[in-house]
Amino acid sequence: MREKLIYLLSAAAAVLLVRNLYVIFLALPDEAQQGPIYRILFVHLPSAITCFIGFFAAGVCSALYLGTKNLRYDAVAAASTEVGLAFATVVLVTGSIWARIIWGIWWTWDARLTSMLVCWLLYAAYLMLRNAVTEPTQRARFSAVLSIFAFTDVIIVWKSIEWWRTQHPGPVLSIRTGGGRMDPDMESAIYWNLVALLLFAVVLVLVRIRQEEMRREIDGMRQAAHAF
Amino acid sequence: MDFARHVGVIFGKDLHAELRSKEAINASLSFALVILLLFSFAFDPTADETRDIAGGLLWIVFAFAGTLILNRSFVRELPNDCLDGLIAAPISSAALFLGKALANFVLVLAVELISLPIFGIFYNVRWTQQWWSLLLVMVLATWALTVIGTIFSALTVNLRIRELMLPILVYPIMIPALLGAMEVTGPLIAGKPLEGDLLMGLRLLVGFDIIFTALSVWLVETILVG
Repeated sequence: MREKLIYLLSAAAAVLLVRNLYVIFLALPDEAQQGPIYRILFVHLPSAITCFIGFFAAGVCSALYLGTKNLRYDAVAAASTEVGLAFATVVLVTGSIWARIIWGIWWTWDARLTSMLVCWLLYAAYLMLRNAVTEPTQRARFSAVLSIFAFTDVIIVWKSIEWWRTQHPGPVLSIRTGGGRMDPDMESAIYWNLVALLLFAVVLVLVRIRQEEMRREIDGMRQAAHAF
Repeated sequence: MDFARHVGVIFGKDLHAELRSKEAINASLSFALVILLLFSFAFDPTADETRDIAGGLLWIVFAFAGTLILNRSFVRELPNDCLDGLIAAPISSAALFLGKALANFVLVLAVELISLPIFGIFYNVRWTQQWWSLLLVMVLATWALTVIGTIFSALTVNLRIRELMLPILVYPIMIPALLGAMEVTGPLIAGKPLEGDLLMGLRLLVGFDIIFTALSVWLVETILVG
């Protein structure tokens, strides 16, 4: 059942991604001020939203794990953190490429860039912690605690760095600005790519959850084998 | 009332143990000195720039040296299964955590108060002009460091690679507190009064302290007992 769901979702994501690539590269014109490089936004922004949804889901599942002690939530939390981290890497890399062209520099210590980097470091530490703990329930407990700390911290980092000067472009989507900052065709391309990337992320998370469950099963078997 | 007494007992025990051996505090102090020395190679130590980056320098020293003390906090309980004894003792995990955090707080603050004048002498900085405001910032930021350090010391104590994991976990989480402390300490050392923009950094520190103290007290039971 889940196998079929994974295939179905990945087929949908693939079709949608091809369609989006067509729209982004062939249908939409260059942007007036930035030229062709603005197209990176269609990957950058949806990846950022996807990674935050992933980290948020991980935080919620970690809290649920601590409440219920059901290892299933731990698997979901680990899977969505890993996928979130992959998308966070995409955000940092695409952002740097864009910055090199438009600002002339790869990196600046701007509020959003810094908080994204802190976020990346925190969740990379989460994955390292998972590797460092061998006992499954202990691993689940510790990583759930860290996930809650990390999520709280990301919010504080975000708020605190916002106080200092920022040079990152402001919001462009109508839901944040009330409209008028962006051409509707371009905006719809962002949403479509967001849908595609989210589907893709869900596929990755589902695959990763299955791996996590198998790993637990193998661990259990190994322990049982050692018990004899 | 019992809770406060339990916190006090743990606090006294930890402080006693440390002051008898002076292991962590000596290591931390000499480490602070070493970093202060290293900074003198990194930039021209007599320049006016020192005053501009004083806030950042000091908090890097404090954070690095403090972690040595925080690292020891729970590791010290491992020989003879003391940690199991403490967990089995009829006190709540929250009391255990707060007692240890308070003891660490006193130790880290002591290291900071000793390294601050040394910094002033080495780098020719007059840091006493806004002394009381500076002390307030140090208390708030040190509490932030100790809360995070103590809770993650508890989390990593049973790991095989705890010395590797602790800095990786602790420093990114501390960033907002360190950022706030650095933003405020620099101007205070330069002699500016604590007002206007500086209050924002102070608010950040207070918020960080409250949120993470609450979160740690809430989660420490999960970490230690399960």
